[in-house]
Amino acid sequence: MGPAPSSESRPEPDALLAEAGKEGRGRLKIFLGSAPGVGKTYAMLQAARTRAAEGTDVVVAIVETHGRQETERLLRNLSVLPRRSHFYRGRILHEMDLEALIERGPQIALIDELAHTNAPESRHEKRWQDVEDVLAAGIDVYTTLNIQHLESLNDIVARISGVRVRETVPDNVLELADEIELIDLPPEELIERLRQGKVYLHDQIARAIENFFSKGNLTALRELAMRVAADRVDAQMIAHMKSHAISGPWPTQDRVMVCINEAPVAKPLVRAAKRMADRARAPWLALNVVTSSRESLSEASKDRIAEALRLAEALGAEIASVNAGSDIAGEILEFARSRNVTRILIGRPRPRRMFASFTRETVAETLVRKGEDFEITLIAADQDEARKAAIRAGRVEVERDPRAYLAATGIVAFAAATAFVIERVFPVASLSLVFLTGVLVTATRFGLWPSLYAATVSFFTYNFFFTEPYRTFIMHRRDDILTLVLFYVASILAGNLAARLRNQAIAQRAIARRTASLYEFSRKLASAASFDDVVWTAVSNVGAILRCQTVALMPGAGDRLEISGAFPPLDELDARDHGAALWAWDHGEPAGRTTATLPSSNWLFLPLRTAQGTQGVLGIKPEDRRSLSPNDLRILDALGDQVAIAVERTRLVSDLQDSRILSETERLRSALLSSVSHDLRTPLVSIIGAASSLIEADEVLCSDGRRQLAETIREEGDRLNRYVQNLLDMTRLGYGALKLNRQPSDVRELVGAAVRQLGPELKRHTLILDVADDLPPVDVDPILMQQVFANVLDNAARYAPIGSNVTVTGATGGDALVIAVSDQGPGIPPADRERVFDMFYRVRAADGQRAGTGLGLAICKGIVDAHGGGIRAGPAVADGTGTRIEIRLPLAAGTKRSA
Amino acid sequence: MSALARILVVDDEAQIRRFLRVALEAHAYAVFEAATGLEAVQKAATEDPHLIVLDLGLPDIDGKAVIAKVREWSQTPILVLSVRQAEAEKVEALDAGAQDYVVKPFGIKELLARIRSLLRDRSASEDAGVHAAVAIGNLHIDVAAHEVRKDGKPLKLTRKEFDVLWTLARHAGRIVTHKALLREVWGKAHEHDTQYLRVFIRQLRRKLDDDPASPRYIMNEPGVGYRLLEP
Repeated sequence: MGPAPSSESRPEPDALLAEAGKEGRGRLKIFLGSAPGVGKTYAMLQAARTRAAEGTDVVVAIVETHGRQETERLLRNLSVLPRRSHFYRGRILHEMDLEALIERGPQIALIDELAHTNAPESRHEKRWQDVEDVLAAGIDVYTTLNIQHLESLNDIVARISGVRVRETVPDNVLELADEIELIDLPPEELIERLRQGKVYLHDQIARAIENFFSKGNLTALRELAMRVAADRVDAQMIAHMKSHAISGPWPTQDRVMVCINEAPVAKPLVRAAKRMADRARAPWLALNVVTSSRESLSEASKDRIAEALRLAEALGAEIASVNAGSDIAGEILEFARSRNVTRILIGRPRPRRMFASFTRETVAETLVRKGEDFEITLIAADQDEARKAAIRAGRVEVERDPRAYLAATGIVAFAAATAFVIERVFPVASLSLVFLTGVLVTATRFGLWPSLYAATVSFFTYNFFFTEPYRTFIMHRRDDILTLVLFYVASILAGNLAARLRNQAIAQRAIARRTASLYEFSRKLASAASFDDVVWTAVSNVGAILRCQTVALMPGAGDRLEISGAFPPLDELDARDHGAALWAWDHGEPAGRTTATLPSSNWLFLPLRTAQGTQGVLGIKPEDRRSLSPNDLRILDALGDQVAIAVERTRLVSDLQDSRILSETERLRSALLSSVSHDLRTPLVSIIGAASSLIEADEVLCSDGRRQLAETIREEGDRLNRYVQNLLDMTRLGYGALKLNRQPSDVRELVGAAVRQLGPELKRHTLILDVADDLPPVDVDPILMQQVFANVLDNAARYAPIGSNVTVTGATGGDALVIAVSDQGPGIPPADRERVFDMFYRVRAADGQRAGTGLGLAICKGIVDAHGGGIRAGPAVADGTGTRIEIRLPLAAGTKRSA
Repeated sequence: MSALARILVVDDEAQIRRFLRVALEAHAYAVFEAATGLEAVQKAATEDPHLIVLDLGLPDIDGKAVIAKVREWSQTPILVLSVRQAEAEKVEALDAGAQDYVVKPFGIKELLARIRSLLRDRSASEDAGVHAAVAIGNLHIDVAAHEVRKDGKPLKLTRKEFDVLWTLARHAGRIVTHKALLREVWGKAHEHDTQYLRVFIRQLRRKLDDDPASPRYIMNEPGVGYRLLEP
């Protein structure tokens, strides 16, 4: 291995990827119009015809002619892609066939009406998303767009024309366009065309036709369209200068931040921020300020925040969120400073109730006061929306549970009873305090509304029972009136405060609960060791935390995405849901329910992404049809991240194990190779040498010499045969292909067979067979066991000095038979006694002893272990010399009798 | 009976055929060769061999199939050559009708001993002999008298022990599989009761004063069967 190449000389892989991504992408050209009827489609078709005439492959993917003949004429001679029919609620909807288009792969595709909303069950909700896919497939796209469909201009257009368009396109789609052609028509001509019936109108606009097509409106829209186009030119200029490294007086970078809360102005706020950022050509971010009252917000409010955040993301903002305690403005400013924000947008505070305006400063006021170094813009809500918002804001979530009120009544009754008793004992006590206590208790236990109720009931009870004249609602004494009124005011204020405290406590509890469940989840995930454990822990816990069905899909065999765990268990997903899961997997983005891709799926699929790539897909399906709250989605995101990391961890662990096994295999393989190349060749040298001597020197050899050479050949051949046999046995043991053909066998017979098998190898030693004839039989595979004895005896003969004794003994021990083979050789050092049974292990002796393959004892151990027996090495004599190999073998059934 | 015994050698390895031809012709046998199973079946018919030496691993058809085909019309003795791994195959070949086997690699001495034993059987059967008595070394077995003498001294054997010994003696020098031995002595129902056999062989050896570690009479072939050694 050479030194690693220096990082400087290498381009960033990410940059290369981005570059490659751009390379293969199609170019987007948008024909932008200020209003319907200016002739965008016409212009697009004309441009397409010109290109087609030049020989470019142009396909009309979808173009609405609305029956206009001049447009239809242009369509002639152009290749038109058939549309796909959708049956939806009894109607047939014709949509662009996205798959067919990508399959067909023309050079240019004409796709009319970028802002179009697709039929339900289509791949994407919006056509502009289809266009992104087409571009990604490397196809150039010509498309048309009206200015009022641009997301960030939505409010302005609505304000100008009084018509709010629902089909919108995110502004960054416009930024993706490589070319924008502004189709302009003076308002007078457009109105003339309208009068001639040459303009097709969408339902929405048709309804507001008088309003929309006024000259003033059209002029304003025209100006807007021109400004957008001009902005684009500017942007292209800047991009050009940057990409060509033209230095210029770049202004210090502005950064716009918009603060979002649950107020209904959130969406207009986001759009305003986008416009401001665009004008300043500044990056922008949307900040979600999470306060402690966040947890007690209604689902509708949470939805509003999430929608606003989604909108901001769609408009290209960076999304951030801070947790703020009491000092919301402080938190916002600190965050803004940390991110070098220069401008802050915040909603104008709504009109406040009287006493609140005395008690507390609004966040906006604090921001303005403290954030002297920022440019702070307050955005007003729509008049209409503001009024609705004010009504909504004034309304605290009303407690509807009648039990709360019943309990409040009970508390007041108890307070009244106590007051009676106290009045008897201490006639002068201030009884109103008793009731006030009751109201406070109610407020802390049941919240604001029951406490107001309790205050009112207390008021009347006190009046009825404890003021003169008694048992009437009439009061005579002025101090009574004063006391009661003060009591009422005090109890409402106190109840309010107590209820607020309660809300905060509830919020804290919810946060604590979620933190605890997240912590618990991560702890469980961390302790799950195997892949299956992780998947199961993930689906069961996500399911329990979010109260929903959960499924995890991971790439299985052949990298196909398959269900690897589900809670409750699930065998398969239907085609639509599976499609959504696949999309999420392929694109690394959420798909399915509540997303822009395949929203008709019942499941929401979240890709499990880590730095290494997408690990799999996590899908959830809430038990009932309730939609997932944004809060749930955020928890899901957090859970998904943890699952992804855990899955990656198990993958890495198993990869590590694989590579460890691989290196072990590698080690064995090289040992085997050296064994084959050296040890197997040694006998071959003798054989070939002896045989060639026999051939070449036949005449000069005496008969004894010939015989010796022939014997050498024979012995070495036998030895070679044993080596090969050992290698084969080892392979069989290694692959688990060893089948034991057990039968009751006599040890003496087996040893005898082994001795016969070894033949001349043992002739140089004295074999002492001390195995009683009447030992009980052992339950073994006779052929394999014969090999075991042959290997052990061969080993003894190899290492013990010639002429010494090799002793075989046998004795019963418990329900086993112990056979020991002892020699008078040098013995095995204690440290090596375990390792002699390792494959290819040989005790290195100083003098050059006869080589073995280092397999014999390993095979013995493999075979004996397979029989459920044991083998071990020790010294033959107490002083540590000699080797004694002891083999324990199980006795055959029904023969455990003593001899 | 012709002067030379005719042996058909079936092996796909030319080297092995060559070595067998040289060795066998040196011991005065006429040798024919076949390299494939089909050729073997054909030559078994056309050359009318007295013995077939058959390798089990053949390129075209399995050695056991060759045995089955030959056995359809001929009782020519078959000696199987096999490697050690194929114990099961070996037993199957013996059950299919082969008379004996030799494990590869083998010494020529061992092979010649097996061949002699099989060919003697041929001449014996041509003697139309009901073997009334057999002598194996110092062992004399008289079936009519139901008597076994060792060095002239009678041994006391039970009926079954005698039957086992007699069955082995009739095929002296040749392998008798566990299954064949059990069928012969105890009947077909006990074909698989190898533990009977082990016990009887053990008693028999004790009475013959035979050491299982270095047997003089009854040789164990692990996993396959027993063989009564010739002197």
